[in-house]
Amino acid sequence: MTVESTAARKPRRSSGTKRAAGAASAAKAPAAKAVATAQNAEPQLVQLLTPEGERVSAADNPDAAEFLSFVEDITTEDLRGLYRDMVLTRRFDGEATALQRQGELGLWASLLGQEAAQIGSGRALRDDDYVFPTYREHGVAWCRGVDPTNLLGMFRGVNHGGWDPSTNNFHLYTIVIGSQTLHATGYAMGVAKDGADSAVIAYFGDGASSQGDVAEAFTFSAVYNSPVVFFCQNNQWAISEPTERQMRVPLYQRAQGFGFPGIRVDGNDVLACLAVTRWALERARRGEGPTLVEAFTYRMAAHTTSDDPTKYRRDEETAAWEAKDPILRLKTYLLASGGADEAFFEALEAESEALGKRVREVVRAMPDPDTMAIFENVYADGHALVDEERAQFAAYLASFEEGH
Amino acid sequence: MAVEKMSIAKALNESLRKALETDPKVLIMGEDVGKLGGVFRITDGLQKDFGEERVIDTPLAESGIVGTAIGLALRGYRPVVEIQFDGFVFPAYDQIVTQLAKMHARSLGKVKMPVVVRIPYAGGIGAVEHHSESPEALFAHVPGLKVVSPSNPSDAYWMLQQAILSDDPVIFFEPKRRYWDKGEVDIDAIPDSLHAARVAREGADITLAAYGPMVKVCLEAAAAAAEEGKSVEVVDLRSMSPIDFDGLQASVEKTRRLVVVHEAPVFLGTGAEIAARITERCFYHLEAPVLRVGGFHAPYPPARLEDEYLPGLDRVLDAVDRSLAY
Repeated sequence: MTVESTAARKPRRSSGTKRAAGAASAAKAPAAKAVATAQNAEPQLVQLLTPEGERVSAADNPDAAEFLSFVEDITTEDLRGLYRDMVLTRRFDGEATALQRQGELGLWASLLGQEAAQIGSGRALRDDDYVFPTYREHGVAWCRGVDPTNLLGMFRGVNHGGWDPSTNNFHLYTIVIGSQTLHATGYAMGVAKDGADSAVIAYFGDGASSQGDVAEAFTFSAVYNSPVVFFCQNNQWAISEPTERQMRVPLYQRAQGFGFPGIRVDGNDVLACLAVTRWALERARRGEGPTLVEAFTYRMAAHTTSDDPTKYRRDEETAAWEAKDPILRLKTYLLASGGADEAFFEALEAESEALGKRVREVVRAMPDPDTMAIFENVYADGHALVDEERAQFAAYLASFEEGH
Repeated sequence: MAVEKMSIAKALNESLRKALETDPKVLIMGEDVGKLGGVFRITDGLQKDFGEERVIDTPLAESGIVGTAIGLALRGYRPVVEIQFDGFVFPAYDQIVTQLAKMHARSLGKVKMPVVVRIPYAGGIGAVEHHSESPEALFAHVPGLKVVSPSNPSDAYWMLQQAILSDDPVIFFEPKRRYWDKGEVDIDAIPDSLHAARVAREGADITLAAYGPMVKVCLEAAAAAAEEGKSVEVVDLRSMSPIDFDGLQASVEKTRRLVVVHEAPVFLGTGAEIAARITERCFYHLEAPVLRVGGFHAPYPPARLEDEYLPGLDRVLDAVDRSLAY
């Protein structure tokens, strides 16, 4: 099946068709509970690598068939690369969590469990594509070539991001949830105006999907047919609130009402995330407009280091998701298929250690900003009040020096 | 010298036209700005001449308008967005305050946000609820935003040009009840700095400071006071962020008295900031406390009451008398 016919004929193809039917029948049931159950039920989704580490073939799953063509070019070496990305990202994330516990970072938002969603989608991007992340996209940043230590400044409290988004086409982390989906849409409108064939991807979570800005981004991108992919990592929990508190129908189905395709992918399957994101990006490049990808995954750690998941979720749930671990399943496949040997894993372990060490060193050496940085970059063209307050505060600070 | 007489509305339209002609990156966005030319016709004819790709009718979603303008600015465009009425800006307030205002600082200066948000504001046109508000202090309070308001056609023309040229986000408040007031515009002039106050009428006994729609009221008050032998200076602030305190200080040091006039509620308003700063700067020059005339701490009233709510000639002259009585 060609890419074009996939998009043109069956935009929401995948298990999504079945899910839509399921939700519709549930909605007819008198009890609202039935809908909630439909939302929670084990979803059918695009999966190319099972939790047991087995590749899905077209014969196994016709729904997966059309997406297999999007990863046909992926070699064993590529798979090792994806594995390396996930391992190093997890190591970086673990190191950051440890640094927060040691008091080196004020806060950390862990991506533990979401490595496949981020690496799969991140590796689908071209250099000229533009990424609008939320505050947990450490794996996507890794794929963009952003030095991971750059991500730590805001969590250490020395800046609010600070990197130049245009260097890696990776926008600053956005903390107000959902805001960046509109920035991505506007940027994509600009891409279309420029006649470029770049695509834009906006990351957000299941909690952000409740925000009006996300709905407005869907509206604008649909109306202007903007080349943007909305990549929602549904990690099941918005701090302590489960998806039942965010939605009554599966997230990806929402796209239909806005007039563009939505699809649910196994967010713990790096290969499926890569394939589905490539499919969506190609639609964008061909001028076919936005796509909503719902990566169905799980946040294994806390929302941030400030909350305590034991207060709001069950151990059995976490354990069930542990069995779907994105890294473990690829390792199983690589070992079983002979795609990697012990030497590869050992070398990677050494590389992980080195990354962890570097992250620790860089964070601890990160200097506090100069006090007068408070007044810097408030305005591009300057501002009389800022100038006045800067001068007053400088004089105030200088008065202590004179007292010596 | 090309001097033309035109209304504020026409001056704004000409200003947008010039910006579109000058810079292909300038875009106009908003609700009904295309074929209709905006509910006040400020963008009249622009879509016809520049096309739907430059003059963009948007979905009716203010957060979406500002949020996508931010994305377009990141792509190198210079969007000029129109919010249809003052009271409708609040759905976009989050994008303006948490994103537009902070992007430059957050990126340590790497990202510029040349976005102009045009808002027809303030009362006096007999409109329904949410169509007559003066929320300028809410924006002036936000670091990262610049806030201006013209009071006459020449300023409307030039200040909008300068706002569009600025690499900072500018909230551009248009005094909607003055849209049809006419005046001369010199389109070859070299304009003042966007944020410089202007002495609109010279006087010796007291200074009235105002901006936007209240400048005209203050000029009328000054003329009325002159008949009683009082010499009133009127300063048109033009900019609420930053405020030209040096310019205002010069006037107050001369007249030794100051009354600040605006339509917005007095409490925690622009006048409060001016009173505090001018008191600090001019404590030994002042003959009277800085007084304020403005709206009440109440929702903008139904149209049949707005003449009572809005500061008019009598309330301004009353404040002048109170100040002079010290």
